[in-house]
Formats: sequence, C-alpha cells, structure tokens
Amino acid sequence: MGAFLFRRFALTLVTLLGITLMTFLVMRIAPGGLTAGTTDLSARVSAHEQRKKFAALYDLDKPWYVQYGRWLKRLSRLDFGRSFKDDRPVLEKISERLPNTLLLNVLSLGLVFFVAVPLGILAAVKQNTVWDRAVSALVFIGFSAPTFWLALMLMMLFGVTLGWLPLSGLHALNADELSATSSVLDMARHLVLPVLISAFAGLAGLSRFVRNGLLEVVRQDYVRTARAKGLPESRVIFRHALRNALIPVVTLLGLSLPDLIGGGFIFETIFAFPGMGRLGFDAVMARDFPVVMGVGTIAAFLTLAGNLLADVTYALVDPRIRLAGKHR
Amino acid sequence: MDISFPNRISWLSGVAVIGLLTAGCGQDPIPEPALSAASESPVTGDTYVEASLGDPSRLNPLLASDSASGSVNSYVFNGLVKYDRDLKLVGDLAESWDVRRNGLEIVFHLRSNVKWHDGAPFTADDVVFTYERLVDPKVMTPYGSDFALVKSVTALDDHTVRVEYKEPFAPALESWGIGMVPRHVFVGKDFNTHPANRAPIGTGPYRFVQLKTDEKTVLAANPDYFEGRPYIDRVIVRVIPDSSVQFLEMRNQSIDTMGLRPDQYRAYDAFFMNHRKFRYPSFSYTFFGFNLTRPMFHDVRVRRALAMALDKREIIDGVLMGYGRSATGPFPPSSWAFDPTVPEVPFDPGRAKALLAEAGWGDTDGDGVLDKNGSPFAFTVITNQGNKMREQTALILQAHLARVGVRVDIRVLEWSSFIHDFVDKGNFDALILGWNLGRDPDQYLIWHSSQRGEGRYNFVGYDNPETDRLWEQGRRTFDLDQRRAVYQKIHRLLAEDMPYIFLYYPESLPVVHRRFQNVETAPAGIGWNFREWFVPWSLQRYRLAS
Repeated sequence: MGAFLFRRFALTLVTLLGITLMTFLVMRIAPGGLTAGTTDLSARVSAHEQRKKFAALYDLDKPWYVQYGRWLKRLSRLDFGRSFKDDRPVLEKISERLPNTLLLNVLSLGLVFFVAVPLGILAAVKQNTVWDRAVSALVFIGFSAPTFWLALMLMMLFGVTLGWLPLSGLHALNADELSATSSVLDMARHLVLPVLISAFAGLAGLSRFVRNGLLEVVRQDYVRTARAKGLPESRVIFRHALRNALIPVVTLLGLSLPDLIGGGFIFETIFAFPGMGRLGFDAVMARDFPVVMGVGTIAAFLTLAGNLLADVTYALVDPRIRLAGKHR
Repeated sequence: MDISFPNRISWLSGVAVIGLLTAGCGQDPIPEPALSAASESPVTGDTYVEASLGDPSRLNPLLASDSASGSVNSYVFNGLVKYDRDLKLVGDLAESWDVRRNGLEIVFHLRSNVKWHDGAPFTADDVVFTYERLVDPKVMTPYGSDFALVKSVTALDDHTVRVEYKEPFAPALESWGIGMVPRHVFVGKDFNTHPANRAPIGTGPYRFVQLKTDEKTVLAANPDYFEGRPYIDRVIVRVIPDSSVQFLEMRNQSIDTMGLRPDQYRAYDAFFMNHRKFRYPSFSYTFFGFNLTRPMFHDVRVRRALAMALDKREIIDGVLMGYGRSATGPFPPSSWAFDPTVPEVPFDPGRAKALLAEAGWGDTDGDGVLDKNGSPFAFTVITNQGNKMREQTALILQAHLARVGVRVDIRVLEWSSFIHDFVDKGNFDALILGWNLGRDPDQYLIWHSSQRGEGRYNFVGYDNPETDRLWEQGRRTFDLDQRRAVYQKIHRLLAEDMPYIFLYYPESLPVVHRRFQNVETAPAGIGWNFREWFVPWSLQRYRLAS
C-alpha cells in the first residue's frame, strides 16, 4: 500500500506540473491580452499606455519560459502572485470566494445524493413502470432546462410574484447589522434558489447511474441466490444489491470533488453569487494570468486529489481490487 | 467553459422578450407620484442603492478606468474643477482660477476649509503629489496623456497651485477634474499596490465604509463635507452582473437606480410602479469605421455610397427602439461643439448605386455582388461580443449593403482579442464600435494623423492635413466662440469626408426610486445635485441600526 501510494503521489505531482505548464501555454497562445473589463473605449483614457506599463511591471515582456520559471519559483513558496485587475494576492481573492462556492456545492451535492439515490432506486425497482418514466422525465427536464432560464423563472415566481425569497446575492444589504441567528437565516434564504437549481440540474447523472448500477447488480447470481433463499425483496435490494451498486457512486463522489470548488459562470452571474466561476471566467476574459493560473492550479490539484482519493477508497472498499503488484 | 451556446440562447430569448414586452404596451406615460413631499423640507436619512455590472477594481481615481470604480470614486473624491448642471466648468476643490499668459499658466486658488476623510487638511501639496503620480512612469494610470503638456506644477502656498504648460492646451482645465489623492497617505509607499486603493480616503461627500468583493461597496455621508453634509445617509453600490436580474431587483425595490436597455425602458408599466424613468442624450456615439488603408475604401464616393445605402432609421427604431438619434459627426448634440446645420446623409440606395458605378464598381459577372478588376466588393465588419446593439446594427448594415451589391460578413469577437489582435493592429476591414466622450470636444487622440500606429486611437488610419490643423488649433484656442467655430468646421469636414459612418447617439435611460426628492434632469443628466436629494421621513426605506 505504501509503495502504491508513493507511486500514485509522484505521478500526481508530475501531472499537476504538466497541467500548470499547459494552462500557462494556452493562456499565452490565446489571442488578446490584458484588458480592462469594460467593453467601451473612452476618448480620454489611454488604455494602451497603461497596458504597456503593466507589461513591464509584471514581466509580460519577457519570454514565456522566464515567466513560467518565475511563476514556479513563487509557487514553491505557495505564492500565486497578485491579480492584474486589482493587485490583490491571488490566494486572497480565491479564499474570499472558495467558502461561498464550497458551501453552495456541498449543499447542492448533498441534496443531489439525498434525492438522486432514492430516485434511482425507485426507477430501478419499478423498472419500465410509470414511476420509472416519471423519474426519467423529471431528471431529464432538470438536465436539459437551461439553468439561466430556469433560474430567472423561479426568481420571478419566488422573488417577484410571491416575494418569499430574495432574488440574488448571498447576504441582505444590512447583513452586518444582523444577529448571528438572523444572519444565518438570511444566508439560508439567499441560498434556497441557487442550491435547488444547481441540484436539480445535477439529479439526472447520479440517478441514472444508481438506476443502471442497481439493474445490473440485480441480475447477478448472488442476488438471485438471495432471492432464492426467500429473503424479502426489500432486504434483497437494500442489503445485498444496493451496497454493491453504490460502489461506482464512490468514484463519482471522488470525481465530484473538483466540482465542489468549480462554480458555474452563468449560474453565478444570474444569482450575483460571489463564487469561483465568476472569478475564473472574468480572469480569463481580462487575461488576468495570475488569477487564471491560481484558479487552474487549485482546480487541477483538487481534481487529482479527488482521483487519488477515489483510487485509494476503491482499493479499500472493493474486494476485487488487490494491490501488491497483482494485475489491476 | 463553453458559454457560446447559452449566450446564443440568451440573445434569442432576449429578442423574444423584446417582442413580448413591446407587443402589448402602448408606452403610456406613468403619472407622476402624488407626493405632497415636494414641499417638505429636506431631512437626512435613508440609503441609495445603486447596481453595477462589475466589481470595482481600484478605488483610486488615478488608477481606475472601469465604470464600477468610477461610480464609487465619484462619491469619494473631488477634482479641482467639475461640471455643473449646464455642463459649465465650475470650481470644486478649487474656489477659483486664473488663466494667464494665453493659457500657458493656470493658477488654482484652493478652498481652505477642506479636510480629507481622515481629518488631515487638503493642501496644495496634495495637488502637486497627484500630478507627480499622473506623470510617474511607474504609476499604472491611463490618464497621463492629458498631462503630457504640463511643464510644471508648483505649490505657491498652502492653497495656491500654479500649473505651467509647454504650449497652450484648452482641454487643460477639464483635465483637472480628475480626483485628487491624499499625499500623506501614499507618500513613500508604492502607489499601485497601496491598501488605500481598496479603502480610499478622499475629500468627497461620502466616506468609504466597506468593500466586499463582488458583493457591495458601502459609503456613508461625510458630515464635514465642505459644501455641507449630503442628506442621504448611505450609498451602497451592489454588484449584480446580469442586467435582467438588475431589472428584477429594481422591480422588487431592492435597488434604487440602474441604467436601462431600450427594451427594458419599454417594459410594462408595472415594472416602474416605484421608479421614475429618465432619458437624456449620453456623451457617446456609435460608428461604423472604415479601415482607410484598405484600397476599396480610399474613394470618398464609395464611403458616401455605403452611407447612403444604409437606412439609419431602421437602426434607431429597431436597435435603439427610438431612444437615440441619428449621428452626423463626432460631437453629440448636447455638446457646444455640435453643429446642428450639418446635414444628414440621405438614405438613397439609387444614388448609392450610381456613386459606386461612378467609382468603377459594377456587377460584371451578374452574381449580385459588385466587382471591379475581377475582385468582388466584399469585406468583413468586426464588432465586440457582449454588446447586442452593435451586433444587431451589424446585421441591419449587412442587409442594407447587400441591396446595393456589397457583401458584408460579420465577425463578432471577444473583447480582449478584438482590441489586441484586431483594432490595435489595424487588422480589420471595417468595424462597429462606440466612443465615450469627455465633455470637452477635443478628440485629437482619435483623429490626428500622429495618432495612427499600433494601440493608438486613430486605428482607422485617418490622415487629413486640414482636420489635423484644426484639431491642433482647437487645443490652442481658449475663447469659447472661436473654439466652437473650429469644431463646427471639423464636424462638417468629417461629415463630408466620412472616415466613419457616424451611426447614432444613444440615450442614457436611468431609473430612480420615486421616494427620492429633488431628482432633476439637466444637460448634465441626473445626479449632478445628488447632495440635495433626500427622502421624506415617512418614505424612508432603510434605517440605520445605530
């Protein structure tokens, strides 16, 4: 196990380095360059002059390998540099948004698992019945409906027509004056729509996964044996079949780890949600290299960590996987 | 991160919404609020909530060029001069000034009762310091070009500053409207990265309280403001990056003001129950620019023909929904430099065809596209992504030019590469873009032949010795009437020579919540008297806890 872990870890590091290099090169090759976020030209503002000063101050006039070398050197001290846009440390900018995005995604992922697994089981157990079809229809609507449209419609309904929920943002305007309890309540109210909508969109994948996994497992010999023993159907499904059917879900969980820090740009824009998606997207659009590299590196790191974790968990939970040099 | 698909959808649905909203409503004017409050005397209190699409980058008037920062900075900082309601320059931090030696020297007499928000007195040293940063090559300011002609800035005493110019520069006075920054805060520290750029200290009517990235900026009334404390207690600028959501937030009274798109302006009256709509001309224009280094655009008859083939009414009615007017030149109608006698280019496809034929373009191979010496009259017009009005304008233009046998392809480019790889490098046939203008009519940077070259603003490559001379003269002339004559001449010359087809002057379409009193439109728009706005006690929505 130790050797396996070491090998996987070393490989992960090399991959991470490769990803940062790729990100760096792609950003360099991409057309365009540093620009302000505004898409208007002003006759009195010479943005070109500003950009030239910028380029010199931030080494942008040096060859790419020099820039990349310096970036790596700084990274070794965990210094991601400063954003071109407002000159604040990249880590600070990320640490401001990461908690928001994590909160939203953990809640929504939790909700997805909470709803999708039972839905998947329902669809599998009642295969080819009206239940199965209803579940399929529901999750596919969630999957196919454009998030921004759904979001706007629900905002109109709950925010404008009924007036139950706030429309956008994460805090009320007077959030600083609220007591701890009301402040939590306030945030909860702001989170209802974003969590619901992002969870709705994520239902399809997981519930289909559970459904198909379960259907496959149900055909296995040991399930037939369990049934033959005369066990009640509920016990067959929940004790024997489901536990095995859920193994791939572990992989899915591992793979959703990077999703936890990734935010959707359009989604966050609509909800005026201060999350990672807008940070990354705006940085790409403005060619804010340090932020792009920072967000990219952290996302890559978490993806790889997720994969590693999934591998290790697999080795632990799935008896079919043996390490110690045997074939995999 | 594939956003092209949702973007397209949102464009389509945007059009559908436009259709929906405009189909039923006959644009009835909403009756004015029946407030008896107008006679009430002003009281303090309440909060004014603005919405901004972007997050402010730097709360420093020398470093910021984005509109989000600009809107916050305008509350926190003052320049030496400012524009009043009638767009006349008046003193702000300067009480008065003398222009001497034919404009080579300006002496500003500063107010003596001004304090920075941290209590330190505002003095002439701050003005000198601000100037030094503007011309400091290490400072990342985009405003340096206005001060390139300054020879020296000297503090004569604590409240008198002398500015000497290398040559007379008429826009000089306006340029001193830039926000003054406090020397005692920045001195000896790095200007670009100073923490005060996120927690500014100014002299303005509002003090900085809090900045929450991508959420809001909070400002509070400055009780020591030199013109007197403003009535509104707090100003909050909320970041809401989507215009449709801003619109819903407005409907919900969560924001008190926003700038509307024409389709939003024409929405159901129900949307404006609590808000008053305003419209006034903005200081900007949208144009179709030819790359004049391309041989096909060398002939002025061709440029004229293309202008005649284009029915601008369709753009104004279809794209602006009537909230704007056809442009005749580089100065907006509310500018004193505007010449109302410059004629419109008539819409006349027949005459356009004749002019093109005169210039040697005919359809010899009968494919519907004009050609000359074997090559077809076809070109690509580029514009930037994210501005639906420009994209729609391009579509209309394409259709109209096709009718006279000119084939136009449209390419919509992401802003950063649009500017860097196409506009800056002159790598385009034609483009649709807009200019935001200062109140001073000087547009030397856009039109003078010395301003061609990579990254400069004369990207169409216009080279006309006559207008060059006039732009120079306009910068040297201080007498308003003489200056007006110069710019009116330029207006006429550019309208005839057509380096651009000047398309339209759009209008600003803001709304303000009805509870605010004393909101008044003037040539300067709204907000010029914000200090006098107030909300009667009974109508106040936000009460401070403490």
